[in-house]
Amino acid sequence: MITLYDYELSGNCYKLRLLMSFLRIDYKTVPVDFYPGREHKSEWFLKLNPLGQLPVLDDDGLVLRDAQAILVYLASKYDPSGTWYPRDNPALLGEISQWLAFADGITSTASAARLHDALFYDFDIDVARAGAHRLFRILDEHLWFGEQQGRSWICSAGHPTIADIACFPYIILSEEGGIPRQDYPAIRRWCDRVKRIKGFTVMSGVFPAGPGKVAA
Amino acid sequence: MTKCLDPVILNLWHPIGAIAEAVPGAVQDTVLLEERLSFALNADGEPVVWRSHPDVQGPARVPAADRLPARSTYGYVWTSLGSPPAELFLIPEYEEPDRRKLNAATFGVNVSAPRAIENFLDMGHFPYVHTDILGVEPHTEVKEYDVEISVDRDEILATRCRFFQPMASTASDGGADVDYVYRVPHPYCSVLYKSSPVDEARRDVIAVFLQPVDQEHVRAHMLLCVLDEDNEDKVIKRFQQTIFGQDKPILENQVPKRLPLDPRAETPIRADKSAIAYRRWLSQKGITYGVIPVAA
Repeated sequence: MITLYDYELSGNCYKLRLLMSFLRIDYKTVPVDFYPGREHKSEWFLKLNPLGQLPVLDDDGLVLRDAQAILVYLASKYDPSGTWYPRDNPALLGEISQWLAFADGITSTASAARLHDALFYDFDIDVARAGAHRLFRILDEHLWFGEQQGRSWICSAGHPTIADIACFPYIILSEEGGIPRQDYPAIRRWCDRVKRIKGFTVMSGVFPAGPGKVAA
Repeated sequence: MTKCLDPVILNLWHPIGAIAEAVPGAVQDTVLLEERLSFALNADGEPVVWRSHPDVQGPARVPAADRLPARSTYGYVWTSLGSPPAELFLIPEYEEPDRRKLNAATFGVNVSAPRAIENFLDMGHFPYVHTDILGVEPHTEVKEYDVEISVDRDEILATRCRFFQPMASTASDGGADVDYVYRVPHPYCSVLYKSSPVDEARRDVIAVFLQPVDQEHVRAHMLLCVLDEDNEDKVIKRFQQTIFGQDKPILENQVPKRLPLDPRAETPIRADKSAIAYRRWLSQKGITYGVIPVAA
């Protein structure tokens, strides 16, 4: 049985809840009082993850930390279709890894801004927001050019990969850090596509896609 | 020089932090009504609040002239920039020994305090924003309820509120018609009473105490005072944080951020009775901070 050490309002935890929902994996949750209790810095949690960060996943005794690493593991082990992390496609794996690292950059900017505004973290808010806008601009252009070539997802495949999951949460939550998305139309369209993937699930602060529009 | 000129608001008690998260002796900095304040618990566990000053590093060394009124009530430190009343509004249930009393969280929200109070009073959004928890389609009707402005207690009271809730609290084991009573005993604070799933004679108490940082930003302190013998603190907190996290983007997208008090500014529906009373009450009090007053 898989156990997810989880905080509801964490976008990094949400990445794993999303993938497990897409893959219809059963798991149980151990709530961690990240805020205000700072339980991720408690002695028992530091034994699980000395970095004191969420999420942590335990799969029958295999304990893994880091949202991106756990996405790789879960998709490699539990995705019978082999599409979320296609192990036999080196070029695509390279692309996925590139965007997983990019997702970490989104965490250190857009997520940091959200932690500053909502949970009073002592970050330089202007630096965090400017950093997020720089990354959003890069991703928006990448997605826009992709759309021109008929590509709907972040990586060069006809289906979403874990790169889409890794980038989604802190983009869709960006307004909570004072980072509006109105200047990123391709990102907004991509967010809507992610929300329409079968098995999509929400977290607090994320709403489901509206009813589909009928073509005129 | 004070930045808020609203005498009613200046003379109120305002919450600035949770006692549960305060480390004795450690100084915390915050902002109230655009003023930088510091607070700490002294050696006796009593709160000391003062206007932030680089020369003052701890509660023992605050010159008497710099101290602000301070009290510890309902698990929070409260202070005032003016002359506050002797007492804070009463929540008698807080004294009941078998209740779980928790600060669910203190969240920063990019909205005015009155907008946040109004959202707290609204039942119409339950099925759409708190889907499968506090409401679910097709149970969307806000049934007729009663609202009064109590003159002797100077508070708003909404009673006979009923709503079908799939998961009313951590102690629920299924959907139920839930009774609500709302009180607004302070312009920026509201107290909600809802049927307890474990004792039909009593009600859970959930309060939101808003700390106005400025006219369009608050720190929302959420008090839980509930009957639940089974769940860990963190599970009870998680439930309330999940609810609040769903409200947050709705609150932050309100336009304008300050609450318009002119009855013609936003068209209410029948379900908004309590909001109409709240706006009228704020107008009667002459409140100007965090609102758009009726043009003279």
